[in-house]
Amino acid sequence: MSVLTHPRASTPRRLAWRRFQSHRLALVSAVVLALLVVLALAAPLIALALGVAVDDVDLFLRLGPPSGAHPLGTDVLGRDLLLRLLHGGRVSLAVGVSSAMVAAVIGTIVGIVAGFFGGRLDAVLMRFADGVISLPLLPLLIVLAAVDPGKIGIPESIASSEAFSLYRIIGIISLVGWTTVARLARAATMALRERDFIQVAVAQGFGPARIMVRHILPNAASPILVATTLTVGNVILFESVLSFLGLGIQPPVASWGNMLTGAQELIWQAPMQAVWPGMLIFVTVICFNFLGDGLQDALDPRSGTGTIPR
Amino acid sequence: MTRLIAARLGQSLVVVLVMSFVIYGLIGLMPGDPIDLMISADPNVTAADAARLKALYGLDRPIWARYLAWLTAAADGDLGYSRLFSRPVLEVLGPRLANTALLMSLALGLALLIAVPAGVAAARRPGSLLDRSINLVCFAGVSVPPFWFALLLLLLFAVVLGWLPAGGVETIGDGGMLDRARHLILPVITLSVASVAAYTRHVRGALIEVLREDYVRTARAKGLAERPVVWRHGLRNALIPVVTVLALDFGALFSGALITETMFSYQGMGKTIYDAIMGNDYNLALVGLLLATALTLAANFAADLAYGWLDPRIRYRGGVER
Repeated sequence: MSVLTHPRASTPRRLAWRRFQSHRLALVSAVVLALLVVLALAAPLIALALGVAVDDVDLFLRLGPPSGAHPLGTDVLGRDLLLRLLHGGRVSLAVGVSSAMVAAVIGTIVGIVAGFFGGRLDAVLMRFADGVISLPLLPLLIVLAAVDPGKIGIPESIASSEAFSLYRIIGIISLVGWTTVARLARAATMALRERDFIQVAVAQGFGPARIMVRHILPNAASPILVATTLTVGNVILFESVLSFLGLGIQPPVASWGNMLTGAQELIWQAPMQAVWPGMLIFVTVICFNFLGDGLQDALDPRSGTGTIPR
Repeated sequence: MTRLIAARLGQSLVVVLVMSFVIYGLIGLMPGDPIDLMISADPNVTAADAARLKALYGLDRPIWARYLAWLTAAADGDLGYSRLFSRPVLEVLGPRLANTALLMSLALGLALLIAVPAGVAAARRPGSLLDRSINLVCFAGVSVPPFWFALLLLLLFAVVLGWLPAGGVETIGDGGMLDRARHLILPVITLSVASVAAYTRHVRGALIEVLREDYVRTARAKGLAERPVVWRHGLRNALIPVVTVLALDFGALFSGALITETMFSYQGMGKTIYDAIMGNDYNLALVGLLLATALTLAANFAADLAYGWLDPRIRYRGGVER
């Protein structure tokens, strides 16, 4: 068993890649997600090819059947369903990924600080995280989403812009999404803190900030990446629920959640209006969950069965 | 132990108080205010009248003063009137709380009824085809948007097949046991989907771990059949962490109940809170949210107690640690 016989075969990165490949569902999920992103980005090109724009209203063709110009038919205002779905995908994916990123930054900072300093600070931070997890989040998110921006001093011109409703939902969801990342970052930090190279860095007199950023963060990157991936799926679910209830992304901007808002009343006449957006949410979320599971197997093989967050 | 319980109770009380202030503040930030709602139907009211009304109801005072006034009244048992229902808030919430409790306990029961056998089956042969299939279904269960799942159920059972009612608590003019049960079927299924998936994975994970323990090997070595080994020695211990997960999940279950109740127009707490927020019913929204928070904290507290009670090892080590 000489290491030299396969000099290139056993770098950690290669091993991780091989483990990831053996998780076939994760591999398929990565491909599906890439495809969805490409399609969403290509929406304007597809619009060009079809000869219709997303916002083209055609009241003579309400809930139209699939046709050459409208591959999936039209919605209740006669807009092209396929294009709305792709544009909705842009919004849902953008909100999902950016909220998860913001949440990951918050979670990483909280987790590493709690794990590194330990003691009372750790107890307080983790109690707080536990508290956030255990609250009935959805009703509270609904209140947050219902807050009138004018009453906290945000001028009407900004508050009614499309970008604001996007940032607002990202902010609201990040507030509750950071706990998974924080817990995993804390666990990784606590394990790392006892390792020799950290002890050496402490003995050399480096400040805690430098040790946390330069030595702990890079070594805790794997669990953070895994948790962030799993968070994306959850965040997309939250966004879709809030938008569905009319509190997230506001029409006429499409998101998969708000496309379902009117679908319940139409379910007798036009069931496909309800099927497509939900299907895309479902596929996207399950792909992110599989991807997270695969990354966990690849980067952190000892952690065992893996968990999917609620 | 008693001191510990007292300390945790105190903690929970502080959290409820803090949350009551936060929610009070947030609700004040929602669009519109009570005076606007009062005078919106009357075009003859001048700005000066509105200001006088504001002063009369104390709405011109700073937020902490209004909060203290609310808190004092609440301590006396006066939680205010609901604007939407024109009745005291508690009178509105009482029956709805019962409806939600029924929905949630049925969903929890169904979830356990499915999750425990499924988790055991998966844990007995990790990596087998059965285990992998169960795993796949679990992933689907946590990934499906609950409101969409509800829509699909409505589409299949209410629209296409026409077997079940599309919403409500009971048919008007009927309201018998059977009728109420028929209205509960779809909401209960919707609400339990995510829980089934989560609990199955917890049961599986915990049982795999327990089956590696020495006392399980001892049980097998003395020739005990596989069934009692798994169900009596294994599952009994594996369920301890699951019980706590169950109670900790209360908040998530309540959030799920909000969606489910809204989708099926089921008159429960979740739908009431949602309607209250959307309809500017400040008192109702505030008390509903607080009640939901308090119940969740109580469930967490119960989880901590149950953990120590079910697993003496933790109790003897001193302190209920999570």
